[in-house]
Amino acid sequence: MTTLTATRTRFRLDHRFRRRFYRLSFILPAVIFVVVMMAFPVVYNGWLSFHEWTGSARRDPVYVGTENYTELVTESDRFFPAVQRTFLFTAVAVSLELVFGIGIALLLRDAFPGHNIIKTMILLPMVATPVAISMAWLLMLEPTIGVFNKILRDIGLTPQPFLGSQDQALWVLMAVDIWQWTPMMAMITLAGLLSLPDEPYEAALVDGATAVRSFIHITLPLLVPTLLTAVLLRSIEALKTFDIIYTMTRGGPGFSTETLNTLAYVRAFEYFRLGQASALLVVFFVIVLGVSVIFVQMRRAVSVRQAQ
Amino acid sequence: MTQLTQSTQSSAHTAIEQEALRSKRRAMARKIIFGTLRYLLILLVVVIFMFPVVWMALAAFQRQIDIISPGWGFEPTLRNFENVFGEYNFLRFMWNSFVVATFSTLLSLLLGLPGAYAIARFHYDWLGMVLLAARIVPGITFLVPWYILFSRIGLNGTYEALILSHMLVSMPFIVWVMVPFFEGLPVEIEESARIDGATMLGTFVRIALPLAVPAIVTATIMSFIFSWNNFMFSLVLSGDDTRTLPVAIFNFMTYASIDWGGLMAAAVLITLPVLIITIFMQRYIVSGLTAGAVKG
Repeated sequence: MTTLTATRTRFRLDHRFRRRFYRLSFILPAVIFVVVMMAFPVVYNGWLSFHEWTGSARRDPVYVGTENYTELVTESDRFFPAVQRTFLFTAVAVSLELVFGIGIALLLRDAFPGHNIIKTMILLPMVATPVAISMAWLLMLEPTIGVFNKILRDIGLTPQPFLGSQDQALWVLMAVDIWQWTPMMAMITLAGLLSLPDEPYEAALVDGATAVRSFIHITLPLLVPTLLTAVLLRSIEALKTFDIIYTMTRGGPGFSTETLNTLAYVRAFEYFRLGQASALLVVFFVIVLGVSVIFVQMRRAVSVRQAQ
Repeated sequence: MTQLTQSTQSSAHTAIEQEALRSKRRAMARKIIFGTLRYLLILLVVVIFMFPVVWMALAAFQRQIDIISPGWGFEPTLRNFENVFGEYNFLRFMWNSFVVATFSTLLSLLLGLPGAYAIARFHYDWLGMVLLAARIVPGITFLVPWYILFSRIGLNGTYEALILSHMLVSMPFIVWVMVPFFEGLPVEIEESARIDGATMLGTFVRIALPLAVPAIVTATIMSFIFSWNNFMFSLVLSGDDTRTLPVAIFNFMTYASIDWGGLMAAAVLITLPVLIITIFMQRYIVSGLTAGAVKG
């Protein structure tokens, strides 16, 4: 009797262990990948940020303490302007994308003949290869042969230097980013609009509310969680914008379009100052993480308030 | 007397009718005006978003002289495409991009699908969090350590390095799309299959996966496109033999005098596959891009 119970317990334990192991085997490959390709680099990056190294195989990294970090703070001519530009770029681009995105979503909300074709056309900017898109914009923005200046000349206005000017380049890049990513805001907002319930609108109609009022008082509040998520996703990406900036201006003219991402890239892969680049990347990571946390908290606060 | 009442009544009646008719007409007019305005705005939006792509395609068929000249007219030519394939060896780069995108997508699915299933069914929430972190950490943070590691073990410039790096984008994305989908599948079907004696793996492969096909299609298309479009990882990790299209185009531009026609032809060629996928798979792409934002 006792032996039977013992065997049974052992069998059950064995069974439970095997079950657990079996379950774990589903995610083990993913976990190994994550550890080798993500966790190791992040930790190594942190370690390297306290060292000085050019990547040479003959000379090992030299420990320099927090020197790389103090250098960032004291070096005000490239680091702080880059931080500022990164935030300016993100704030301007994402907020205009949000406004235009909501507008386009409202335009497309009610189905009309051919709305699927229109949607496909609008999708194009964000699925097209960013480098190819950059090339097309470079041609259009070319000061002498570009189409924009051609048009400006034809209607008798002064041609503009666009990317050739330190004052204009960053704004032009924002415009390209807005062109590229407004469709995403529009698609997310549209999906949000289509998932809204009908009842509040019917009530508003009975009360005689105008379209504008029902948009401000019903649609917008209901959409806030969706919009916040969209803004969060877009902001994370916008802070990290690399492709269009690096391919169109390489951070120039001067350093007028240099952001944290391009600055870190240049430090690491053009100057091979790997320790300095790592310190910059740690700061960059903290900034992106901070922005994400703020948005996640905001979204949580909104859903809690709406649930009440 | 009775006649008089009748006529006042009928005139009042017609007045009301006319008023109703007028307000109906006004509503109609407003509807037409707003409708027209809406279509005009939609047209404007389409023109704005299509223009750069159309301009790129037009320039791809122009000779350098026509692109440079101040006029608008041009004589269409296929010379740019011939150059791109002949002189610049673009087939090679297309093949590289295709190999890297295909393998990184397949491997990401192989790791990501069971991973997502396990997160959804067995609640490995921490793994979900870690994979989510991959979307937040700037990709360039990984690039420096990879570059050093890959140089040490001689992987720099190989397909393997590119595939592994692209997987870092696609695998978390696949998990991001798949977890909510698996969570939404009814557990009962899987439970009854388990009672009938199916193994956990069998249940996953024969029941969960077939039900998840729409989400898998979305995840596959998106991760292929992400890899096809990837620039930064490929810029650092690719070698002369493994250079992918975006890097090839970028190098193409940095030559002293820019061959705009050739550059645009190359840009058209790199965009074409994505364009074709988008036309036929629009629904899946929309759901991929909006994943997690609506009711997330």
